[in-house]
Amino acid sequence: MGQAESLLAGGLAEIREGLDRGDATSSEIVEASLARIEKTAALAVVVSTRAESARAEAEAASKRIAAGQALSPLDGIPVLLKDNIVHAGEPATCSSRILENFISPYDSTVAERLQAAGAILVGRANMDEFAMGSSTENSIHGPAHNPWKLDHTCGGSSGGSAGAVAAGLVPIALGSDTGGSIRQPASFCGVAGLKPTYGRVSRWGLVAFASSLDQIGPLGRRVSDCAAALQVIGGHDPRDSTSVPELLPSLGGALTGNVEGLTIGLPEEYFVEEGVDPAVLARVRDAIAELEAAGAKTVPVSLPNSPHTIATYYVIATAEASSNLARFDGVRYGRRADKVKDLEDLYMRSRSEGFGAEVKRRILLGTYVLSAGYYDAYYGQAQRVRTLIRRDFERAFETCDVIATPTMPETAFALGAKADDPLSMYLSDIYTVSANLAGLPALSMPCGLADGMPVGLQLIGKSLDEATILRVGDALERRTDHHAARPPEIA
Amino acid sequence: MSVLPDRYEMVIGLEVHTHLKTASKLFSPAPVQYGKDPNHSVHPIDLAMPGVLPVLNERVVELSIRLGLAIHATVNRYSVFARKNYFYPDLPKGYQISQFEEPIVSEGWLDIDVEVADDGQSVSAGTGKGKKKKKGAVPTLERKRIGITRAHIEEDAGKSIHDISIAGSDDSCIDLNRAGVPLLEIVSEPDMRSAQEATAYLRALRSILRYLGVSDADMEKGQFRCDANVSIRLRDAPEFGTRTEIKNLNSFTNVEDAIEAEALRQLELIEDGEDIVQATMAYDPERHRTSVMRLKENSDDYRYFPDPDLIPLRIDPAHIAAVREALPELPEEKRNRFETEYALSAYDADVLTATRALAEFFEATAKGCGAPKVAANWITRDVLREIKERECELEDLSLTPEMLGKLIALVEEGRLTARSASQLFPYLVSDGGDPEALMVERGLEAVSDVGAIDGFVDEVISANADVVQQVRDGDDKPLNFLMGQVMKASQGKAEPGQVRKALAEKIRG
Repeated sequence: MGQAESLLAGGLAEIREGLDRGDATSSEIVEASLARIEKTAALAVVVSTRAESARAEAEAASKRIAAGQALSPLDGIPVLLKDNIVHAGEPATCSSRILENFISPYDSTVAERLQAAGAILVGRANMDEFAMGSSTENSIHGPAHNPWKLDHTCGGSSGGSAGAVAAGLVPIALGSDTGGSIRQPASFCGVAGLKPTYGRVSRWGLVAFASSLDQIGPLGRRVSDCAAALQVIGGHDPRDSTSVPELLPSLGGALTGNVEGLTIGLPEEYFVEEGVDPAVLARVRDAIAELEAAGAKTVPVSLPNSPHTIATYYVIATAEASSNLARFDGVRYGRRADKVKDLEDLYMRSRSEGFGAEVKRRILLGTYVLSAGYYDAYYGQAQRVRTLIRRDFERAFETCDVIATPTMPETAFALGAKADDPLSMYLSDIYTVSANLAGLPALSMPCGLADGMPVGLQLIGKSLDEATILRVGDALERRTDHHAARPPEIA
Repeated sequence: MSVLPDRYEMVIGLEVHTHLKTASKLFSPAPVQYGKDPNHSVHPIDLAMPGVLPVLNERVVELSIRLGLAIHATVNRYSVFARKNYFYPDLPKGYQISQFEEPIVSEGWLDIDVEVADDGQSVSAGTGKGKKKKKGAVPTLERKRIGITRAHIEEDAGKSIHDISIAGSDDSCIDLNRAGVPLLEIVSEPDMRSAQEATAYLRALRSILRYLGVSDADMEKGQFRCDANVSIRLRDAPEFGTRTEIKNLNSFTNVEDAIEAEALRQLELIEDGEDIVQATMAYDPERHRTSVMRLKENSDDYRYFPDPDLIPLRIDPAHIAAVREALPELPEEKRNRFETEYALSAYDADVLTATRALAEFFEATAKGCGAPKVAANWITRDVLREIKERECELEDLSLTPEMLGKLIALVEEGRLTARSASQLFPYLVSDGGDPEALMVERGLEAVSDVGAIDGFVDEVISANADVVQQVRDGDDKPLNFLMGQVMKASQGKAEPGQVRKALAEKIRG
């Protein structure tokens, strides 16, 4: 293995050090990344690359770094974007037939910010169609394979982003998280994934699934990689009306390794044996014990509206999705059905042929819950429960600084295992969706293996307090080596 | 007088869509421009590209507050943007962003003038075209208050073009230049009882919108569009009849004609013993008929819900107060003030307040010359004549209020005769300039020097000895002739008062 290859196999910190020391250039790292993407094509975690542009940008980055003028900690670092985050001149298929030939004419805020920081956007990551799914199986690019066990899913919907980081293709990838779509695949693939506070990262250029829940966030080998990436992509953006005005604090400075005196809340509703893989719960308890050993305290907290989160989430998310996806009508861009008879036929066939089964299911559900006569019973009620869920967290955070839970009740499942059972797939989002409903930051990080597959610990923070969950996660990482576990060598 | 039999009356409510006068669109930075090539005034936001987000144009809030205050309405401190979901090719997102349950403006009113016959029935209103009047009825003007239910912000859609000469085939084309242009939808109460009241309301509303700079409200450009809700009932009926909605009326004439046509259609149905069915109607101006476009029971379910891409609109009371402070004077207030402050006739005050530009022109002129009534005469007579003859706007004239004010001042000071001023006026209108410099340059300065006037007078007296004798014999009539002769001799420059005085002295001693 060459110098660049072995640096790439590490995390952001290793690559950064290697680049700054001159052990390798950005060009070499990017070349190694592109080669590795090609070599692992069978994983189907990357759906397109922009090799030529990336090489040219890496050359410029190499010169900057050699001159000691690196733009940021991400300068010269290869990064992947989930395929629903637009990049000018690049495809953005969202894994959907309806956008299969779509090229975005404009840049997302995060693409702009990454490029301004010198990051090299090498390509785009596989996902569930329009981010609807928990397995990255609903994709025109084929299902993504989990680097830990190739016949298992990466999780989803940001499965490609998580799988790519786990397989060492890039140190950092961006995903989007509407109900757990960053954290669940991070958990399944043994990497760190952060869903920031709603409004912390601009959604400008993120193809919307459910606008009030969607949030872009980073996935990385380490918690500190996520912190470095959030530092670049976060912060107010006037192009997103829901972007928060508050300044993003210096996150690097927050990673002190110290958790002494910090209180971790353990929701009693989530630490029950029922419905959870006992091995998963054991790893999560180990991680919490480790934090206690480092000086943190734990307290039980209650989130009494937990039983309602899944129902609430699927009403709100599908309602918003049914409206957000109306623009894919075959009129201005994207797939248009051939030889249409009339306008109605154009709509019906373009959309019937363009959308996959899961997307159609959610559009139908969402249309139904917003319909006259049902609005109050479903959408109106869901909004009221959402308020109660938000209050549950406010109350819980009166007695603790962070809340810890398993990210998922299980480890990665086999490809196809839940393909015919959407409801069981929906139900496994139980621990993740509440952070989206409440708009809170939440991190998933590796906390060991169960039967050879990664387990994720979830840390939920107070609104706008990414710094504390990153600090706790980083402190745990310093005391353990779960993040260093690598999938068995991929052919 | 109504087209309906006396025992019936119409009940009319209007929905007006007016384009707000902004540089850019409601939620995108694309400029608002009329007459551009199709799809040349669009931004990715207007095209509903995947991943775009709306950002509210703050100017729209400002203009909406202005209208709210001007129609004596509540400007709500909290309002919400909602999505109205339906599929149509000229609606790029598949939903229109509008306001539904919580609009920015609610519960206002405005007054209209209605012509009332001696039997108390409205005859015609405002400047509505005169209908057959009842013989012997003496019309008088009466003020009527029209309630305004709400005004809310929404975005306009694009245009579908089905014209084969433009589309080049029988395909339809879509122009999204108009997509996202900000609109205010202003909804009245069902307070109007005749087609003439309806147009009087529309004219009053349009005048306010223009005065406030809220909208150019040009109907021809589609900037001011009207839907009319119409029902009829027996005059003493306690409840309204079933109403229908006539869509897309794009001229005042169409509004009046369509309402009357629809009322007559409903009358026929009722007299035939049939029910009125709630429906959306279209009006065909060529055939003077309304026809059913679709029945309400088949109407779309728009699945309104709050737009999660936009935060609720919160307006600080201090902001509302600041807008109120800066609110321009409205037509009615201005008219009253002109009558009292400048002692103008009701007619002059009315003419001069027709537009804000004309009113401002008058006030600046009056200030410049210190003679408001004279200024009013010049403007209502000479300035408006020039505008009419040139078929142009006030702004197109080179004449400024400063110039006109100075011209009038020169006359008032006796330095320029009215006749000379009339000679200078066309030059000022075409090319502008300093009236005083022009006067001097053209040698038009009034002659008030006693010696010079005496010279002209002596000249005329000696040349017209017989006429002078008539005057001396006690006949004053020829004096005017002599005046004219002196003025002619002086080439119009002699100051008339002095000429009159000199003539009298010299003839009668």
